[in-house]
Amino acid sequence: MDVPEPVLWDTVLEERKASIITKGKQKKHLKCDIDSVAGCVSQRACVYCGARVVLNPVTDAIHLVHGPIGCASYTWDIRGSLSSGSELYRNSFSTDLKEQDVIFGGENKLARAIDELVAKYPAKVVFVYATCIVGVIGDDLEAVCKAAAKKHNIEVIPVQSSGFAGNKAAGYRAACDALLRLIQPGELSSAPRVNTINYLGDFNLAGEFWIIKNYLKQVGIEVNVAFTGDSNYKALKNATRASLNVIQCAGSMIYLAQRMKELYQIPYLNISFLGLEDTATSLRKIAAHFGDESIMARVEELIERETAKVKPVLDWYRQRLQGKKAAIYVGGGFKAISLIKQFREIGIDVVMIGTQTGRKEEYQTINDLVDEGTVILDDANPSELEKFMLEKGAHLLVGGVKERPLAYKLGIAFIDHNHDRKHPLSGFVGAVNLAKEVYSTLCSPVWQYV
Amino acid sequence: MEREKSLANCCNVNENPCNMCMPMGGILAFKGLEQSMVIIHGSQGCATYMRRHMAEHFNEPVDVASSSLNEKGTIYGGEKNLKQGLDNVIKAYRPGVVGILTTCLAETIGEDIDRISQEYLKERGCNDLPVVTVNSPGYGGTHTEGYWLTLRRIVTKLARKTETHSKINVIIPNISPADIREIKRILQLMQVEYVLLPDFSDTLDRPYQRPYRKIPEGGTKLADIVAMGGAAATIQFGLTVDDSMSPGKYLESEFGVPLYNLPLPMGVENTDLFINLLIKLTGNHLPPAIEQERGRLLDCMIDSHKYNAQGSSVIFGEPENVYGVVKICLENGIYPVVVATGSKNHNLKQLLDDLLVNSPVRCTVITEADFTTIRQKSRGRANIAIGSSDGRYLTEKEGIPLVRYGFPIHDRTGGQRLLSVGYAGTTMFLDRVTNTLLEYKHKHYRRSMYQMFYQGEQEGQEFSAESCGEHYVMFMPSDVKQ
Repeated sequence: MDVPEPVLWDTVLEERKASIITKGKQKKHLKCDIDSVAGCVSQRACVYCGARVVLNPVTDAIHLVHGPIGCASYTWDIRGSLSSGSELYRNSFSTDLKEQDVIFGGENKLARAIDELVAKYPAKVVFVYATCIVGVIGDDLEAVCKAAAKKHNIEVIPVQSSGFAGNKAAGYRAACDALLRLIQPGELSSAPRVNTINYLGDFNLAGEFWIIKNYLKQVGIEVNVAFTGDSNYKALKNATRASLNVIQCAGSMIYLAQRMKELYQIPYLNISFLGLEDTATSLRKIAAHFGDESIMARVEELIERETAKVKPVLDWYRQRLQGKKAAIYVGGGFKAISLIKQFREIGIDVVMIGTQTGRKEEYQTINDLVDEGTVILDDANPSELEKFMLEKGAHLLVGGVKERPLAYKLGIAFIDHNHDRKHPLSGFVGAVNLAKEVYSTLCSPVWQYV
Repeated sequence: MEREKSLANCCNVNENPCNMCMPMGGILAFKGLEQSMVIIHGSQGCATYMRRHMAEHFNEPVDVASSSLNEKGTIYGGEKNLKQGLDNVIKAYRPGVVGILTTCLAETIGEDIDRISQEYLKERGCNDLPVVTVNSPGYGGTHTEGYWLTLRRIVTKLARKTETHSKINVIIPNISPADIREIKRILQLMQVEYVLLPDFSDTLDRPYQRPYRKIPEGGTKLADIVAMGGAAATIQFGLTVDDSMSPGKYLESEFGVPLYNLPLPMGVENTDLFINLLIKLTGNHLPPAIEQERGRLLDCMIDSHKYNAQGSSVIFGEPENVYGVVKICLENGIYPVVVATGSKNHNLKQLLDDLLVNSPVRCTVITEADFTTIRQKSRGRANIAIGSSDGRYLTEKEGIPLVRYGFPIHDRTGGQRLLSVGYAGTTMFLDRVTNTLLEYKHKHYRRSMYQMFYQGEQEGQEFSAESCGEHYVMFMPSDVKQ
């Protein structure tokens, strides 16, 4: 067959070169936060995906996808976000647009869909997600939502998440805009409370938010609401009662935090509860912000107590994992940064690291943290992951569902750090879970046979 | 049989979809071609979501490219994106054939992928690279229609009027790699020369092997597809497929290859149909190995028939698979009370009407179904569900155990290895169903008997039919046809 001779066979495609650097070898800055290159088999999803990830954990909301069936089908209950109350969020509702609707417009169907759902399910808020089609056929989502809100006397909030209008990060922003509309305080809103925080960018995967909430409670800090793990209409409505916003997943939530600072004068802090080091630092940071001596003292007690519990366990694992090399490819920058430190705690070096939607400042931090020679890459594809994992001799990959089979086919161990996981990786308990998982995959007897 | 009105006619919301969209089926079909690579013309998310869905089911890397349409491409046309995408796919993967699938977005902005791809091949001077285009907007049908339409497009594009030869075309619906291997084993045992389309038995279930290949080995050879036009016959397991999407029908009308449209070989009778046809077409005798497998299936059916008699089933999935499962259930007295598919498929409805006429139990058939409707119709009537892992709420919310079959299976491992066709596959399928019924019975009967009959020392307790729990024994009297 006469296929054109490959120019860069088994190497990196020209358009991708600016998004890959090796620390210490190049002075240039990594190119990030740009559209994916056509045909490169990016691991990223779309704007809608970003919005859905962020909003879906709002437990008592009706999540209605306005578009053809696929978008709702592929995102139905695929996240591990837990709820202490309503389970309504685990449904995937779709207007299931057909050819006729695309030709004549989907506004009427959307209005009827909202009517049906509101009659059937008791919800105070409906999120209506726009998909690619909606952006093209020009349905006036805003108008339909406004009319429906008035008709049913509830909040019907459009999420401007047409798939093609940017990348996943644009979806985070669309979700934040929707949340900003929801949390707008009414006249009766009470003033901010002391020692009370909102916890941004935690989606309560396997109860992670609950773990952190418990720590904070023990030291005397109240969590007002998380965005959006185990959150609900009522709690989100009172979001402005917090006197501080702390952000775990900055990629998705920094915009919301900035807007809340502008609008409601609530300051924010970047923190991370992944790994011992970051968990301890974050607790201290929050305590220091409030400047309350008794809180600070209790934080130190908690860190000492919890560290003492897990340290021997982690030491046991470190002895067995020392010297192994890890590759990381995850969604956001904060996760990548915490993982570098977390791996260090168990004696593992990071030799390749990348994200789908990391921001410039996050890549700078990554660059500062990793060793010379580590490959850093943004919006990678399977070919690149394969190439650099093999070149750098990685024993382990951290990634999501799509990356897992690639690692296994290459005979490389794998850690699930995706939204669908069913065990917590936050806090002191999460640090142990990660070490356990690393051990279970790296030291499995199966590798003796391949 | 109770007939449900098509949901689309009376409902504006799909609550928990029982189907995926067209390009998904297209990817599956293309993955069964040797050295193939797929590019989806649309926004980046479509390709990624479908890859994720497939990777989780097959536990295989599933590389699918996207033209990554952005705002600019949407407004001014996506031609540049698609061409650049093709460039990169060809550079990085060196495919032997490229499939181009459209999405809702590309179709709505009116992209002419035929023209663009032809122009592309001319511009790059690679006219020999086979490119198959499929118009597959997500709103045009389910993944099932996408699958068959893609197969038809592949055959239309590649098959030629070759010299007549003795091979038999075998065209299969979306079944597991293990099922494909079983059909190939039967064909080999029957000494049939065949071309099987699409063959993703290796490409989506490859052995652990080094070095790693970006495009896995295996798949239907292009030269074999070219020769499908000269085959002695086509056996298509596509009883429910509309003629307009039927690759077998195309081969018949275009090249005069006789078409035998059969149900999937699931159950005794359906497998008999397949085996008997092979005997008729080849003149070969039934090999003793297959005869023994048939005998073992009958033995298995007898061994477990009383356990199976306690089953009332809800069956859902793609039309062809659903039909096969209904057949097995009927042959074993696990009478279906709800049969559902996300497709708008009139053939299936008609076929099920004929099949269910002799069932003693009232059955609700739903096309264009969603899971909220399936749950509602199954509540209190079914005690076993058979279908993909998307039916997990039937267990979680209604207490109906689910035997996983079909695509996708996301919450269990080994979906790609589930064997359910032929006599041997039917036996294994039936064991899975029977054992699930037994497991639930053993788990619950002590408690339910206690609740029903134990009066203790207190007076005034009454027996209650309801109190035997959701796992009642035998079908409800209200479900029996009068």
